Amino acid sequence: MAKKISILVVDDEESVRDSLFNWFIEDGYRVECAENATKALLLLESESFDIILADIKMPGMDGLEMLKRIKSLRKDSIVIIMTAFATVDTAVQALKDGAFDYVTKPFDPDDLSHLIRNASKQISLIEENEILKEKVVSLENIEDLIGNSEAMQRVLQEIESVAQSNASVIITGESGTGKELVARAIHANSPRKFFPMVSVHCGALSESLLESELFGHEKGAFTGAVYNRKGRFEMADSGTIFLDEIATISPKMQIELLRVLETKSFVRVGGNKEITSDFRVICATNRDLKTMVEKGTFREDLFYRLNVVNINVPPLRERIEDIPLLVEYFIKKYCASMNRPPMTIEVAALKRLEEFPFPGNIRELENMIERAIVVGNGKKISLKDLPLGKTLVNTTVESLDDLEKNHINQILNKYNWNISVSAKALKVDRVTLYNKIRKYDLKPSK
Amino acid sequence: MNLENITLISFGYFEKELLEMIVNEVEQEFSIPVKTREGFLALSEYYDAARKQYNGNELLKVIESRFATETTKTLGLFNVDLYIPILTYIFGQAFLNGRSGIASIYRLSNERYGIEKDQNTFVNRIRKEVIHELGHTFGLIHCSNPTCVMRSSTYVEDIDQKSHRLCSKCRISLEENED
Repeated sequence: MAKKISILVVDDEESVRDSLFNWFIEDGYRVECAENATKALLLLESESFDIILADIKMPGMDGLEMLKRIKSLRKDSIVIIMTAFATVDTAVQALKDGAFDYVTKPFDPDDLSHLIRNASKQISLIEENEILKEKVVSLENIEDLIGNSEAMQRVLQEIESVAQSNASVIITGESGTGKELVARAIHANSPRKFFPMVSVHCGALSESLLESELFGHEKGAFTGAVYNRKGRFEMADSGTIFLDEIATISPKMQIELLRVLETKSFVRVGGNKEITSDFRVICATNRDLKTMVEKGTFREDLFYRLNVVNINVPPLRERIEDIPLLVEYFIKKYCASMNRPPMTIEVAALKRLEEFPFPGNIRELENMIERAIVVGNGKKISLKDLPLGKTLVNTTVESLDDLEKNHINQILNKYNWNISVSAKALKVDRVTLYNKIRKYDLKPSK
Repeated sequence: MNLENITLISFGYFEKELLEMIVNEVEQEFSIPVKTREGFLALSEYYDAARKQYNGNELLKVIESRFATETTKTLGLFNVDLYIPILTYIFGQAFLNGRSGIASIYRLSNERYGIEKDQNTFVNRIRKEVIHELGHTFGLIHCSNPTCVMRSSTYVEDIDQKSHRLCSKCRISLEENED
């Protein structure tokens, strides 16, 4: 079903707001009204609208100023400026500031219909563009599955054989081995490839948030639910839903998930209408679900429902022979994204990488190469560019403040606490540097 | 709500048989008895001298407050040119899923556009416009089906293109809304 277009009408005249409200409601649009720009901007902070119809002359902030603010919030917003006093100057200004169109009140019913139809087409094009971009990215990502090792070839064969079916898949493997890439590869090679693959990181969300994320919610379902929201299952209709870190979900969510997998239907949080969605489910975990089932922390029925096919992604230390290929691939990828000329790696550095245990797996290797390209001399990655003494993934997590404090301290020490030179090196002014020194209570080391 | 009937109230001069000619089809579409009667309003109160038109928003409000009842769907029929502040003219409007609506026959005759009078076309247009606005009061929104009476029409030619019947999708929606 086509998405319901939402329209925000901003006009200080009540009769205009009422007229447009009734007109658009009859057309089946979702409509909200605001009597001034301040109220409209407040509304836009909590809710997004596809089309904003705004009067140019309003008390307080005028339509043109509001247009600029809206564009700074959301560049793609379709804003149509209305006015009773048309002048070429304001029309040109509105269009320069990014208005989609400019109309003079009162307008012909047919013009209004055309205007909204054109704006709707533009919205469809923007959305289509986004979807296509995502598809391109997901297709590119398949190339990330690199490796000639026996272990990796086995994974690729499993992907190929399972992709065409509708079977549920559990992808297991240590953190950083590329489980999501495997899921993307399955999706991209399946008949569902032209529909979305929707990813949910179950571990990052609390139970209530996950529930609302998966099933969606109706406006007013809970504090903060100021508008209706589609859930991930609904968004994955005809496509694939990827549930990462499935082992972290609560017993209550396990029951709900089982019910959805069995019926392919669900109800939004706070709603009562049953929604059906045709999706394929792929899960990933770095935990041993079988042991969790034995211990009673993961439902057995859900496990069997999910575990139709199991693909185990090997850790990097079990496929050392793939490291040169991976290194070459990441160098190429990051040199291209940073607009750098192609680089190579010193033999000694590559050898050390092959000996490194990589507890953070491919993600750790990728981060290392990216860092080496940033800090390196631009021609060849050498041993000194690689942080092999410490792992990037398993370092103690530092807050941004800690990072900033340590970095400023290092720079100050490097320049013997010469504030002007240090500020120049940090690319901040001296006042800012003094403020930071005060904030972090930094003192010269004795 | 138990609907007793649909009431069509004409304001101003209407040919006597005009409303009677559309009653049957309206009854058929909504399966509810249709009554017609004359109403009286001081239309000059709703006249905008600058636009030389009558304010559709205010007329709809007065139909809702003075003529609509809980057990009827009430449609006010006018023979004057209607506008709403944002649009140059309207054929009619109604409260979506509400009790009342309005429609005007002013712009529905061929003579208004300098074309030869055609009573049959005129009556057909009124029939479609009345059913269309009543459809809104039953909660139906505009339909994309080109032959459905709920298709949005901004010109008389648009009205001529569609039939006076609800399409199957709108009929299902109507039945669901009635439940």
